[in-house]
Amino acid sequence: MRKKMKYMVFAFRTTADAIAMEKICNTHHIAGRLIPTPREISAGCGLAWRMTDADYEKWKEQLAKMKYDSVTALML
Amino acid sequence: MIYFDNAATTIKKPPCVGEAVVNALSAGNSGRGAHGPSLSAARIVYEAREKLAELFGAEDPSRIAFASNATEALNIAVNGLLTEDCHVITTASEHNSVLRPLYRKEKAGMALTILPVDRKGAASCEQFSHSFRKNTRAVVIQHASNLTGNVMDLSYLSSLAHKKGALLVVDAAQTAGCLPIDVEKQGIDILCFTGHKAMMGPQGTGGIYVKQGIEMEPFCVGGSGFMSFSKNHPSDLPAALEAGTLNVPGIAGLNAAAGYLLYTGVEVIGRRERELADLFLEKISGIDRIRLYGDYTAKERTAVVSLNIDNEDSARVADLLWEEYRICVRAGAHCAPLLHQTFGTTEQGIVRFSFSWFNTEKEVLAAADALKDLALSL
Repeated sequence: MRKKMKYMVFAFRTTADAIAMEKICNTHHIAGRLIPTPREISAGCGLAWRMTDADYEKWKEQLAKMKYDSVTALML
Repeated sequence: MIYFDNAATTIKKPPCVGEAVVNALSAGNSGRGAHGPSLSAARIVYEAREKLAELFGAEDPSRIAFASNATEALNIAVNGLLTEDCHVITTASEHNSVLRPLYRKEKAGMALTILPVDRKGAASCEQFSHSFRKNTRAVVIQHASNLTGNVMDLSYLSSLAHKKGALLVVDAAQTAGCLPIDVEKQGIDILCFTGHKAMMGPQGTGGIYVKQGIEMEPFCVGGSGFMSFSKNHPSDLPAALEAGTLNVPGIAGLNAAAGYLLYTGVEVIGRRERELADLFLEKISGIDRIRLYGDYTAKERTAVVSLNIDNEDSARVADLLWEEYRICVRAGAHCAPLLHQTFGTTEQGIVRFSFSWFNTEKEVLAAADALKDLALSL
């Protein structure tokens, strides 16, 4: 059985916001990637940004300035 | 062949436009998945929003939604914004893409004021100030006439409209790509544009900019790729105004075209086009039988020269230019019925020469010679 690990998952109101997040993260070399929005997140568009807990802690300040709907800790 | 029907559509595009369209044919469906092809499409679409926002001076790329042309964008604006109990001001210079959506609303009860234009087809800005009512919701107006090339002073109109609590909705079909547009500086609340004319993008592309804070009912609802269990379409822009699969190959072409415009400079392109129009005007100025339509003394105008040879049917003149000289121009009514009523050309129509960035002086001189020939022989 595949092992799950903890990620921080950002949800967005539109695809445009999700792609904007990816672009900003790529520019700042913030590790993570876009994934289909997990079922635990009830609101938001079909794309979510997933990053490790460690990266989230590292970039928390920059991430707070970005446009997203919610951020949730999930086992994925 | 010499092509001077660029106000209808430009046929010569920067090479990057076609390449982008072809490359995007293998893109996935934007916003419909998180796999590579779908994300590639979403990235192209977002990049296009960013470039268009830069081109039009909009701060937030998500305030740009795509449409298939300016007509669709104007329908989105008129139907999303205007209710039966409001009043709207427009002018007799408008294209049917403005008039018909407004007429439809008028039929449903909305009050509509159509300001007359003078013999040069120009609407005086002063007329507007006397036309506002308590319930005036918007001034809906073209930035430039497709028939005369006359340009409206948007900054003046927006300040007037905003003082009266109304919005400024702009049809930029003829100016996006050849005249500088800055939605912030010019106070434009809603901008409707097309991609295939001066922007030099593919046909079937265009869009709408909606200022932050303006709420609009979507004209079209349906697939959004998310919120699938809601009975309502998402309300956030741009998704709110983009139901169904986007035209990603077209948008990719528009993205490339916008990049070309940003790199080259809209002012540079517009200046070059007007130089060609001015050269044409200069060369035909000595022909006695030519009647011009439009205000050619105005400082700012688009690269359009509209004319007739006495009372000759514009269709005959255009057909002879094509058949005997291989010159493409537009004849007829140009979807501007009220302007033709003003000019007295409802039957005759008008012959329009419209110039693009890719036209040459040699082509202009050949067209002027052809027109001289026709003026002498008809």
